[in-house]
Amino acid sequence: MSENNNIALTSLEREYIIATQKGLPLVAKPYHAVAEQLNISVEQVLSMTKDLQERGIIRRVAAVPNHYKLGYQYNGMTVWDISDEHAEKFGQMVGNLPFVSHCYLRPRFLPKWNYNLFAMVHGKTPEEMHQLRSQIKELLKDVLVERNDDSSQNIPTQSNDMLTSTEILKKTGLRLKDKTA
Amino acid sequence: MDKRREVAVLSELDKKLINLLQHGLPVCERPFAQVAEQVDSTEDEVIAHLVDLKERKVLSRFGPMFDAVYLGGAFTLAALAVPEEDFAKVTEQVNSFEQIAHNYRRTHYYNMWFVIGTESVEEIEQVVQGIEEKTGLEVLNVPKLKEFFVGLYLPV
Repeated sequence: MSENNNIALTSLEREYIIATQKGLPLVAKPYHAVAEQLNISVEQVLSMTKDLQERGIIRRVAAVPNHYKLGYQYNGMTVWDISDEHAEKFGQMVGNLPFVSHCYLRPRFLPKWNYNLFAMVHGKTPEEMHQLRSQIKELLKDVLVERNDDSSQNIPTQSNDMLTSTEILKKTGLRLKDKTA
Repeated sequence: MDKRREVAVLSELDKKLINLLQHGLPVCERPFAQVAEQVDSTEDEVIAHLVDLKERKVLSRFGPMFDAVYLGGAFTLAALAVPEEDFAKVTEQVNSFEQIAHNYRRTHYYNMWFVIGTESVEEIEQVVQGIEEKTGLEVLNVPKLKEFFVGLYLPV
């Protein structure tokens, strides 16, 4: 799927997204507030929620934790140069690993960027991060691409790497704009 | 240390709630009553703990998680190889674009990685060009071709 699909939503669905994208209120009947705002019944809000979930528009209804507060101080973007003919199958296998939070196939830009598979992992210590990376490597070892180093380029060409985050430079949410506002 | 990065002190009930609710909350009129049954607690106690976890910023958000593509925009992941001596200046230049959602410093030759979120595909191109003009650096633009999984689970 491309990153710029335009999927038609009804105006009521758009209103639902705008009403809930900042989160539900932490009260006994959280969907009542949404129903009131949209001027529809609670039953309609619940069936719309389930329908949006079945269509994949809602990934899940859940709580989002702050990594750091839970002790997960490290996040690593592991990147892999895997053969194109195996990319889909092995990408799915890596995505299925329980400790991988995001997994994508992305374009290469040779010679400066040879990695096509990205898998994000989270850990409490640097040792744990290396251990997670090794587990992915074990899974991908037969499909990693070996390239000859191009010494004219000042960039090392490896079959995989882990880019650990050392600082958050900016973090804001992605939001649907309320066009009526 | 940055206060956001302090590890929270959690009760056994807090831990159970965090583990359970990362996976999902039942979609029904009184979801916390159902959750309470699963964790041997009461609806009121569950809500009180969740309010506390949110106030302490252990939980940042609570509700439907939307696939960003349906929010009607375009997204990409991009990176820059920033010379160390210019890092602070380039951070400011990149962050000044309101379309930059997240930006992380990472350990690599490409040491700055950010997500660009815009209303249209054309606007992505404009932002990429704008960043190149402002910083004098070449942007590595790697939009996703295929998604295999998105869903964070951090057990405590």
